Amino acid sequence: MSSLETPLHKVEGLGSAHSGVKHFWRQRVSAVALIPLTVWFAISALGLVGAHEASVLYFLADPLNAVLMGTFVLISLYHMALGLQEVILDYVPHEGFKLILMVLNHGFAFMVAAACVVALLRIAL
Amino acid sequence: MADTPQKVASRPLSPHLGIYRWPVTMATSIVHRMTGVALAGGTLLVAWWLIAAASGPEAYDFFNSLAASLLGQLVLFGFVWALAYHMINGIRHLAWDFGYGFALKTADRTGILSFALSLLLAVGAFALAYLGKGGYYQ
Repeated sequence: MSSLETPLHKVEGLGSAHSGVKHFWRQRVSAVALIPLTVWFAISALGLVGAHEASVLYFLADPLNAVLMGTFVLISLYHMALGLQEVILDYVPHEGFKLILMVLNHGFAFMVAAACVVALLRIAL
Repeated sequence: MADTPQKVASRPLSPHLGIYRWPVTMATSIVHRMTGVALAGGTLLVAWWLIAAASGPEAYDFFNSLAASLLGQLVLFGFVWALAYHMINGIRHLAWDFGYGFALKTADRTGILSFALSLLLAVGAFALAYLGKGGYYQ
């Protein structure tokens, strides 16, 4: 069957949503990155169960731990924003409400990210 | 249409969630999405933990006491299980992206494995903590 796509549309490879595989690809790459980071986080969190503040500060004052914790938090929030975006687009048909939720989704991600980075800097510096 | 409303209502409709037998793959799919949304709330727990640690011993002790309470432990168990499930079932999704595991029986088995393994990991983590095997970074 001959395609109804214009040659330009075919070359651009962006499909009907005009964004191509960008969202899909970013979600998968962040997912793969989160596998080792989550394992590291789980081992670290279990190691700090019941610990006093001083032990937590000592753990996070190690630059390697601080960087890994920051990476885990930031990539998690990135992956979260991509995932919640998919959920919003699937379930919210109303354009205005959809727009508000999309803005809130990214606003939430940036705010939690900023809060975690500030906390980590206060501990690690 | 000649049908009265009562007749329309008594006719079998297309499968509805309430009477549809849930295939494993359907359950794993929606639970993956639900744990994903729940983990968005989980990011607040991690943020709270980091902020508490940065805010001094009193704030951290307060966080610790809430985490140790019954409600805190329930929330934490939910968080740990959701994280474990989303990661393990996420690996299953990544395998599908590479074209593996699509056979119905395989998809059912890996789905049950996702539930079982995530529950085992969550229970195992809490068992280690309660047996005093956690806290090795103190």
